[in-house]
Amino acid sequence: MADLMARGEEPEILFWVGCAGAFDDRYKNVTRAFVRILEHLGIKYAVLGLEESCTGDPAKRAGNEFLFQMQAMTNIEVLNGYNIKKIITACPHCFNTIKNEYPSLGGNYEVIHHSTFLQQLINEGKIRVAGGKAFKGKRITFHDSCYLGRANGVYEAPRQVLATLDADLVEMKRSRANGLCCGAGGAQMWKEPEPGKKDINIERTEEALATGATIIASACPFCMTMLSDGVKNKNQEDQVKVFDIAELIASAENLNA
Amino acid sequence: MISNLLFLIITVLAVGLFVWQIQKIRRNINLGREKEISDDASERLNKLLLVAFGQQKMFKRPWPAILHGIVYVGFVVINIEVLEIIIDGIFGTHRALSFLGPIYTGLMAINELLAFLVIIACIIFLIRRNVTKVPRLTRGPEMRAWPRLDANIILLTEIILMLALFSFNTADIKLHVLDGRELAGSFPISGLLVNSLSTTNVSSLEALRSSGWWLHILGIFAFLNYLPSSKHFHIIMAFPNVYYSKLEPKGKFTTNQSITHEIKALLDPSYQVPPLPEGTEPQKFGAKDVEDLSWKQLMDAYTCTECGRCTDVCPANITGKLLSPRKIVMDTRDRMEEKGEHPAIFRPNHYQEQVKQRVKVTEEKTLLRGYVTPEELWACTTCNACVEACPVNIDQLSSIMEMRRFLVLEESAAPTALNGMFTNIENNGAPWAFSPSDRLNWADNLFVNVK
Ligand code: SF4
Ligand code: SF4
Repeated sequence: MADLMARGEEPEILFWVGCAGAFDDRYKNVTRAFVRILEHLGIKYAVLGLEESCTGDPAKRAGNEFLFQMQAMTNIEVLNGYNIKKIITACPHCFNTIKNEYPSLGGNYEVIHHSTFLQQLINEGKIRVAGGKAFKGKRITFHDSCYLGRANGVYEAPRQVLATLDADLVEMKRSRANGLCCGAGGAQMWKEPEPGKKDINIERTEEALATGATIIASACPFCMTMLSDGVKNKNQEDQVKVFDIAELIASAENLNA
Repeated sequence: MISNLLFLIITVLAVGLFVWQIQKIRRNINLGREKEISDDASERLNKLLLVAFGQQKMFKRPWPAILHGIVYVGFVVINIEVLEIIIDGIFGTHRALSFLGPIYTGLMAINELLAFLVIIACIIFLIRRNVTKVPRLTRGPEMRAWPRLDANIILLTEIILMLALFSFNTADIKLHVLDGRELAGSFPISGLLVNSLSTTNVSSLEALRSSGWWLHILGIFAFLNYLPSSKHFHIIMAFPNVYYSKLEPKGKFTTNQSITHEIKALLDPSYQVPPLPEGTEPQKFGAKDVEDLSWKQLMDAYTCTECGRCTDVCPANITGKLLSPRKIVMDTRDRMEEKGEHPAIFRPNHYQEQVKQRVKVTEEKTLLRGYVTPEELWACTTCNACVEACPVNIDQLSSIMEMRRFLVLEESAAPTALNGMFTNIENNGAPWAFSPSDRLNWADNLFVNVK
């Protein structure tokens, strides 16, 4: 971003990578896949790079409002400094926080989750998945992220993106507004679960496996981690894979490097 | 004449007692923090129509929705007859509304059919609670003796009220047949029942008629005054509560303004923190007790129908953790009643003793720890499933969050792992312990030109 600025250019969109997108080894692939799509379509985008910092979402959900607002205000200062108007992110937690919680602290942007963005590109005919028969007839089930679905009402965009793959989409017992959390939201990602009968991600993975799908599609870094762990726990990692919708589109478009 | 006077006195007393109870509830709700909710009246009315009048969220489960719909419509329509009963009672008239002619005939017929369906629905509800024991209605530490008895009392009362209605109507028909008395209206169910009425004694029929009549109206008055101590209070509270429900996206949590000022002052020493309004103390962060919650959150507690739909979809609860969003709401009501005034003539909603068996509360007399334990609060994934499921738009999650805030900001009592996460964010700008300088590493082996 700083480089662009120095050249006096302004990007169409800012891609907010998020901490998981930047640091999580598995999720870095999603970041790359999404960037390849952007590159492929020649979209002018920028990332904040080293100037990006945690949105503060985990702090807020854990009850640390003070730390959250510190993070938020610092980020808003950077974003406003670059005159950012439109932000795209692959993380529903970043999406929710920047879209809903930054405005009252002075950060007003058009914030779009990558599922909605991909859907727009498909509707505009920019993504066609022409050679994308790789997934034809494959059984795919989509896991709703709480912060995308219930929190913000985005249910259809990721499903429509998947629908272009010509795959066999199946729904889990609990989906859309009734979807079951992967177990990582509300800062659970960073702590051990409370004692109970079972871990939430196992319960959810069982539902996903019960559909007979060989691909579990997600649109959230935490869901991806939790479900991948669940699949491993069930010793199904050879048969069943967890992918982000951006990865599926990128590989259908043969954009994988 | 005497009976008219007696009726009038009873009516005034019953209504007066009800108003007195409502006042107490109002005061309890006003224990809560100020919260401005006055935006967007048209969207609020829309919600009111859909969710409260239209029972929109009930239809997630079609069977209970249909049965509940019958009882609800029955309640509304039969209330028109209550109006007539009150007029009759005060003025000594008989079927005062019968001047409506064909409308009256239709109304009575619909009334009877609905009353019959209400009885059927209530019987099914009783079976679901006591025989098939639908888990969400019977299980959980908060569903100890009283809430279960409460539900049964209500259902039985409703059945008795409907039967009283039938006995009144049936006797009236028989008197019409035997004695040629005038009878307005049409009564499809009582018309069938009349054949089973063997007595031909006019005075005993009159006794049956008036006892049915008195039972019905006294039952309604008793019911009215039972409401404030019962989960059945939702038939009133559902309406204001839905009107004041959260319109923002569910993922948007409240922002604490006083923290905003503090941080602004921290980042910019010249920033002027606006002075507190006269006579107010600086707010605690988060909620330790009921007065730290907003009035809306307290209103939520009086609206809860104890239906367990929230707990039934809660991922933490499903997987055996202590958290039950219904319990949080019921705890809030209990604590409010312990602390504030008892609206009711008796104190039914107290269940702390029984809950201790599973949830280890402390002796502390506050909502947090005295009723709700940190273990419950920390199990929440903030997934909003409970909020989505609640048919009366209760926001369980917001209360959970307020208590978490208290634990973190006032007591620094977050689980160790979360404290680690906080430190990472502070030091590295990420919840994990990675160096901020590695933030762009994902781009290293990317086959793109870094422009
Ligand atoms: S938001 Fe918390 S309490 Fe509500 S359903 Fe989700 S985990 Fe349970
Ligand atoms: S909070 Fe709502 S969903 Fe939960 S028991 Fe009460 S009324 Fe039912």
